[in-house]
Amino acid sequence: MDRYSRQTLFAPIGKEGQQKLREKHVLMIGAGALGTGNAEALVRAGVGKLTIADRDYVEWSNLQRQQLYSEEDAENRIPKAIAAKTRLSLINSQVEIEAHVLDITPQEMEQLVNNVDLIIDATDNFDTRLMINDIAQKHNIPWIYGACVSSYGISYTIVPGDTPCLNCLLETVPLGGATCDTAGIISPAVQMVVAYQTVEALKILVEDWSSLRRKLVSFDLWVNQQTAIDISKAKKEDCLSCGKNPTYPFLSYENQTKTAILCGRDTVQIRPSVSQTRNLDQLEKMLSGQNGTVEKNPYLLSFTTGEQRLVIFKDGRVLVHGTKDITEAKTLYHRYLG
Amino acid sequence: MKLHINGDMVEVPDTITTVSGLLEHFELNNKVVMVERNEDILDKETLSETKVEDGDKLEIVQFVGGG
Ligand SMILES: [Zn+2]
Repeated sequence: MDRYSRQTLFAPIGKEGQQKLREKHVLMIGAGALGTGNAEALVRAGVGKLTIADRDYVEWSNLQRQQLYSEEDAENRIPKAIAAKTRLSLINSQVEIEAHVLDITPQEMEQLVNNVDLIIDATDNFDTRLMINDIAQKHNIPWIYGACVSSYGISYTIVPGDTPCLNCLLETVPLGGATCDTAGIISPAVQMVVAYQTVEALKILVEDWSSLRRKLVSFDLWVNQQTAIDISKAKKEDCLSCGKNPTYPFLSYENQTKTAILCGRDTVQIRPSVSQTRNLDQLEKMLSGQNGTVEKNPYLLSFTTGEQRLVIFKDGRVLVHGTKDITEAKTLYHRYLG
Repeated sequence: MKLHINGDMVEVPDTITTVSGLLEHFELNNKVVMVERNEDILDKETLSETKVEDGDKLEIVQFVGGG
């Protein structure tokens, strides 16, 4: 078929590589800037199946860099996983795409990694990355770390049993930092990380392991710097994620955050301790009697009252907009949702 | 003292004597970073003992969360 001709002409992929790509299943955690970039590239390249999991919905501030989304998606607050799937299916209908609107817990992670050949990290937080890291080690699945902020980006490919893992490298969970706050992000930094991640993904999917970069790469596009360092010596024998006696600490319930302040958004997410499906119709009735405005689409319900807005997802989660204060967010949550 | 940092020649005060002093100078002391000095990856525990000297070649990579 003509569709992939320019890619199969590229000798390291060839017809054989294309066939391998067609048989592979990639799990994408996150569908923000990095997620949409990676997803579009892999879907155009002809991966067999792509599973996308994301907890958020499209907002206007996403459109500057999150390449799969439109004004209509932002207008209607379409969950990112759904909006991404819709767009990706138009780009390449031959790729099987599975969308999950959820905030991943270890239990869900266990289900999602079933028959997955590669995980691409497109999240915006280290809690989820360390969970990806543990599940990847446990099931022997390679994964590709990528992150960016302002004009800076970083990527590393983690192969269980071979390279150091993220837990070896971090030692602690970085808190706060440049992610969320005020640093902003420009799209070339996103695209650069996407390029580093996608090319490694292609190498893994066509099984050209010897071509992997193997170095931790970072760059700052605005100040014209880039580095690539060999960190293979950073692998730790006593690492609890990839060492001799792994316990996979980030898959245990105690290490899960139940509330999270979302990246640069004046928003707190609250996840009920017991997973539950919400009846949005019922909620709509209940909340329309309150002092506020209710809007609903098939996936979520938004309730605005004064300066604050609660966005309630079917999967139980609630985003409280208009505050960074967890206590205040919880107060609102309990006031309206019990 | 002159150091090669991430490919650029950078002038830093002579009062800086260790890698952790250097990270502090760049306000990276509270950040999660990997540091390579003269092509050697440094263990996090040794950053405060590892000397920096004129002409050293350093690569500093910061882990960030955004995406
Ligand atoms: Zn490890």
